[in-house]
Amino acid sequence: MPDSALRSPRLRTRQAPVGLPHWAALPAGLAVAFLGLPLLAMLSRVSWGQFPALVTSESSRAALALSLRTSVAATVLCLLLGVPLALVLARARFPGQHLVRALALLPLVLPPVVAGIALLYTFGRRGLLGETLQVAGIQVAFSTTAVVLAQTFVAMPFLVISLEGALRTVGQRYDEVAATLGASPTTVLRRVTLPLLAPALASGTVLAFARALGEFGATITFAGSLQGVTRTLPLEIYLQRETDADAAVALSLVLVVVSAVVIAVSRRTRSPW
Amino acid sequence: MSAGRARAMAVVGMLLAGCASGPTEGAPASAGAGGELTVLAAASLQSPFTRLGEVFEATFPGTTVTFGFAGSSDLVAQLQQGAPGDVLATADTATMGRAAADGLLSGAAQPFATNTMVIAVPAGNPAGIGAFADLAAPDVAVVVCAPQVPCGAATAQVEASTGVTLSPVSEEGSVTDVLGKVSTGQADAGVVYVTDVAAAGDAVEGIGIPPDANTTNSYPIAVLAASGAPELAGRFRDLVLGAQGREVLADAGFGAP
Repeated sequence: MPDSALRSPRLRTRQAPVGLPHWAALPAGLAVAFLGLPLLAMLSRVSWGQFPALVTSESSRAALALSLRTSVAATVLCLLLGVPLALVLARARFPGQHLVRALALLPLVLPPVVAGIALLYTFGRRGLLGETLQVAGIQVAFSTTAVVLAQTFVAMPFLVISLEGALRTVGQRYDEVAATLGASPTTVLRRVTLPLLAPALASGTVLAFARALGEFGATITFAGSLQGVTRTLPLEIYLQRETDADAAVALSLVLVVVSAVVIAVSRRTRSPW
Repeated sequence: MSAGRARAMAVVGMLLAGCASGPTEGAPASAGAGGELTVLAAASLQSPFTRLGEVFEATFPGTTVTFGFAGSSDLVAQLQQGAPGDVLATADTATMGRAAADGLLSGAAQPFATNTMVIAVPAGNPAGIGAFADLAAPDVAVVVCAPQVPCGAATAQVEASTGVTLSPVSEEGSVTDVLGKVSTGQADAGVVYVTDVAAAGDAVEGIGIPPDANTTNSYPIAVLAASGAPELAGRFRDLVLGAQGREVLADAGFGAP
């Protein structure tokens, strides 16, 4: 996923006809089976007769609507903060840059439940910023805001890593030309850099959205679970699984379909490379 | 950590002493018998059952007890999918009933402990909660279990018997999540099991619910039909049902069956 954004566009068009070793087919086939079988197994458990009723129940609709709403908000936040961060990481030189990059990518490998605990001690009622926020009249605990914060925290690295790689690949030649022609840094960014980045920006955005949509661990640890407020689709699935396995499987299928659409869209946006 | 371990060892020692003074039925017969036992138990039983496992291994040298602790519904779902196990202990009779209906049990399940609900508040009780009715105040952030899970069903029963309707800020999927929100001070109060507060230490205080308004859920234990060592499994069940089991469970806050 993000590493294909790192790949040079020129390399792809000049692929040498090197043959694959034959033995690679077997483990590759096993890998496909390993990734595909669980999906098939789940599909075989879907009770199609009840499917429409299960996915359109009040709690399911509330969870899906909340998931879409919060994921869009989180993606917008990722764009507003992540694009400038990727620009700074790719184009600026400053002491401690390695540390900043490591920090920006940390949520990528951090277990989400750990992210949830960290957010709790930052934005929670007794957290680092919690009291300040409360004085300002902002109540984060158990609110939809908390869900968006959790999703933004785990999704932002996906956007940053996609963009930073693309920025390095594209290089700065066009930007330099524009600058010598008298364009201000903001104009260069708006008219040259961002249009060149468009494909990476699109696929990074889609990936961040997908990650936000699937967020579970940080949300359940940090935001809680209440229908229509904090109970997103993954949390609803986890709860339904306790009593109604059919509903859990039906909702899981909805998330699989949404994820598949997201992957299809992100593939398509990358084709201009 | 080490204090808890020392405490566990002390209990083991004490129980072993009790074991030596009064003849235990199973002990002589199985001397040197050995074997492996897998016990699937509700998450709330983790601390007392771990201690009882140590007792069992010491009483029957050569045996190894392995535990699978999870939500009761998860355990039954795993067994329905063919997971191996010798003994099952759940946090309510409804879940055990599902296992029985699927023919997973060998013989009838027997109750061995009870648990009741209690109000958990962060240390110092910042919201000044005094009784269950206080939880309905509009400015109190109260967290409960979702009605789909056993602790949520029990909370709903307390609401019904007290006539107090709560507007929780969150309905969690497990009692551990409720406790977590309370111990970190995110919530002003939560409704949990008595044993959770007993296990949570100093971060959480318990405020009792009067017995006439409270609910009691019963913990049943049974030997599984698929057990490869039914005799040994029966001995573990007997240990839990017996005086030694009672003592360890009471220490963890569980009531008598």
